[in-house]
Amino acid sequence: MTDPNTTLSHLDLADLATHEKPFLDANELVINMGPQHPATHGVLRVILRLDGEKVLGLECVIGYLHRGVEKIGEHRTYTMFNPYVDRMDYVAAVSNGLGYCETVEKLLHVEAPPRAQHVRVILTELNRIASHQLWLGTHALDIGAITPLFYTFRDREEILKIYEKYCGARLTTHAFRIGGLQYETYTGFEKEVKTFLNFFRPKIDEYEELLTTNRIWVERTKNVGAISAEDCIALGVTGPVLRASGVKWDLRKAQPYANYKNFDFGIPTGQNGDTYDRYLVRMAEMRQSVRIIEQAVDALPEGPIMAKVPKVMKPPVGEVYHSIEAPKGELGYFIVSDGSTQPYRVRVRPPSFVNLQALDLMCRGELVADVIAVIGTLDIVLGEVDR
Amino acid sequence: MGGSTMDQIVQYIQSYLNTRGLTPGAAGNMFWVLVYIMLVFLGLSVAVIAMNWLERKILAHMQVRLGPMRVGPHGLLQPIADAIKLLLKEDIMPAEADSFVFWMAPLIVVLAAFTVFVVVPFGPTHAITDMNIGILFMLGVSSLSVLGIVMAGWASNSHYPLMGALRSSAQMVSYEVAMGLAVVSAILMTSLNKDGTGTLSMIGIVQAQQAQGVWFVFKFFPLGLIAFFIFAVAMVAETNRAPFDLAEAESELTAGFHTEYSGFRWSLFFLAEYSAMIAVSSIAVTLWLGGWLRPFPNLLTGPTWDQAFSYIPGITFLFFAATCFYNTVRMPKHPLFRIQTIGLAGFGVVLGLIGLMLFISGVSMRIQDIFWFSAKVAGFMYLYIWFRGTFPRYRFDQLMQMGWKVLLPMGLGVLIGTGGMGLRSEIWNQAVLPFGRWIWSLV
Repeated sequence: MTDPNTTLSHLDLADLATHEKPFLDANELVINMGPQHPATHGVLRVILRLDGEKVLGLECVIGYLHRGVEKIGEHRTYTMFNPYVDRMDYVAAVSNGLGYCETVEKLLHVEAPPRAQHVRVILTELNRIASHQLWLGTHALDIGAITPLFYTFRDREEILKIYEKYCGARLTTHAFRIGGLQYETYTGFEKEVKTFLNFFRPKIDEYEELLTTNRIWVERTKNVGAISAEDCIALGVTGPVLRASGVKWDLRKAQPYANYKNFDFGIPTGQNGDTYDRYLVRMAEMRQSVRIIEQAVDALPEGPIMAKVPKVMKPPVGEVYHSIEAPKGELGYFIVSDGSTQPYRVRVRPPSFVNLQALDLMCRGELVADVIAVIGTLDIVLGEVDR
Repeated sequence: MGGSTMDQIVQYIQSYLNTRGLTPGAAGNMFWVLVYIMLVFLGLSVAVIAMNWLERKILAHMQVRLGPMRVGPHGLLQPIADAIKLLLKEDIMPAEADSFVFWMAPLIVVLAAFTVFVVVPFGPTHAITDMNIGILFMLGVSSLSVLGIVMAGWASNSHYPLMGALRSSAQMVSYEVAMGLAVVSAILMTSLNKDGTGTLSMIGIVQAQQAQGVWFVFKFFPLGLIAFFIFAVAMVAETNRAPFDLAEAESELTAGFHTEYSGFRWSLFFLAEYSAMIAVSSIAVTLWLGGWLRPFPNLLTGPTWDQAFSYIPGITFLFFAATCFYNTVRMPKHPLFRIQTIGLAGFGVVLGLIGLMLFISGVSMRIQDIFWFSAKVAGFMYLYIWFRGTFPRYRFDQLMQMGWKVLLPMGLGVLIGTGGMGLRSEIWNQAVLPFGRWIWSLV
């Protein structure tokens, strides 16, 4: 096994070690943050090069949660692989499932029936809210506000209850099937979702009350980790991070999938691309999700929930790329079929992994405390980064 | 022979009881000093334990959760269980640590935090000693704790503790200045009375407030209030508590300067943090909130009101007891909870008995001062917990900015303003009027 440090060329660690040190040396401080650290959201390892508290550069070391999800995909049938994708971004499992099911449907040239599409939208948007809630709680916790975490978890619980009633699972739900849904919605589903929306709307105000105008919160997030739209696009950063930089790019509008084109919702954007704008964008996105769910529940059509798909799926030879707007950004699946029951290759374009590449750029010249804030604001999930 | 020795001892002790109006230390006797040291140490330990439980419970209720509920009724025995756990833990010292400094650091922090209480006046006669430079002693000793923190961070020989220690020392330096200015303006207020003599003695400062008939927080409104505010902010920074808990910023530096500490040594840091909180709160109470004086001394005067206020300590304890009984009734009626229910009822009985005892006029007269002082300090403790539940953490540079660019100028302004208010008649007679006459003569 090779020492991971030897690969970190730009840090010049070897140089640091052999360098002849003066009596009072004022060298840069190299700090290893993670993989066990309270604020790296799992097992991210960040090697920081510091001058006092100022960050000169950093390198992310990933792979501590690598499970070979893509390789597993090559050895499972299309249906068998479906639950595995839930384990990538485990706080937004429903979105992962939606992306995968739609990709295989595209490959099979089938389309889920309208009722299934509606239920998918409802559950996925609920998932977006849940994911943003988790982001808000942990992000605020990293910056030192410990209370919002408990508020968001209290409200996220209501969403998880709906999932549990719908499919029996709370986190890794495996809610969708290729071609539609396996389960019909339970009795009182619409009513419960609506109850949740009415319960949740004032809760967003409650979160905002704690943070949005909080002087310390604003000072800690304004002009911290700012990134320009050009840099975002060059790095392939998507999702709320891109939108906070002022780019109005949301796959739900840009390349409508499921039946998002039937719903009326806005794409919140920011201007400065700093941590505060990303915070505001995500808060606004939660409100937009509430709007979408409301429309979807009101217009929930009757009908079948499963399209006609063969029991043994053998998609025609070919390849397909399909992406959806997951809570964290563009989640894409690239599947190559060789005509057998198993994919020839599954490639996932995880938003967290791509967004994480912006960390170095966003943190340079900032302070150590800002690194924590930026990791929080990027909203990464290591299960998805490492796959 | 033995009997006469006994008599002598009794006489010796009694002789000190007769020195009324003096604190034990000022009376110059060793026996009562030792008794008071024991009492303060005991009271402080109980206060830290209570604070530990209260912080968990209050913070939990702010955060829509229950807090400790398992160890004892409503988690009342949780701090004790924690203490036992910490004492029994393996004592770990990092191999690369400087063992002597590593060993000394928590001791210095604890010593600094406890020594401060030598001059804290819990009442006109309830203090270990009354130094004529009390407030200076207090400020000096309480800022010694930063030495221990720096030593801890350095001796751990690890990056995160080192950064925590550096942050802590920078923080301490920048806030101590503003704090000092606020304190000076309060001391200045003591001299602005009829005979014009000020004092640095902690007891003297409270007595000055009594004599002038105003708590310094309300004096020269709003100057006293601003000084008090500066001190309140600086004292939170000084004790490394949220939102200024950079030195132990959990999400950034894992645990800051005490990352490498565990078990008993860690518990010493914990003890020191809480007693330091109580110590700086006592300074604030003494300087601005009238120390042991009861509230509304000017508005609600007369023996009737004095009598009424003397009942409040007893009523408070009876209220605590009633809360215990209320919760005893609400306890689950399952046999598993029987011991806990009995325990809670027993605790209620103890509190109730204390409450009833406080209604005896002799007791209440002696205890009243301590009660009001503790109640005010408890208010500050609640404030600390409230801050922790509400505020995000300041960043290092923002914290320094706040210290040097906001609090320091404010402190200077308040100091100049207080001085000006004290000399306002002189300024009017000797500067403004002559200047006006000179202008007039020009016209």
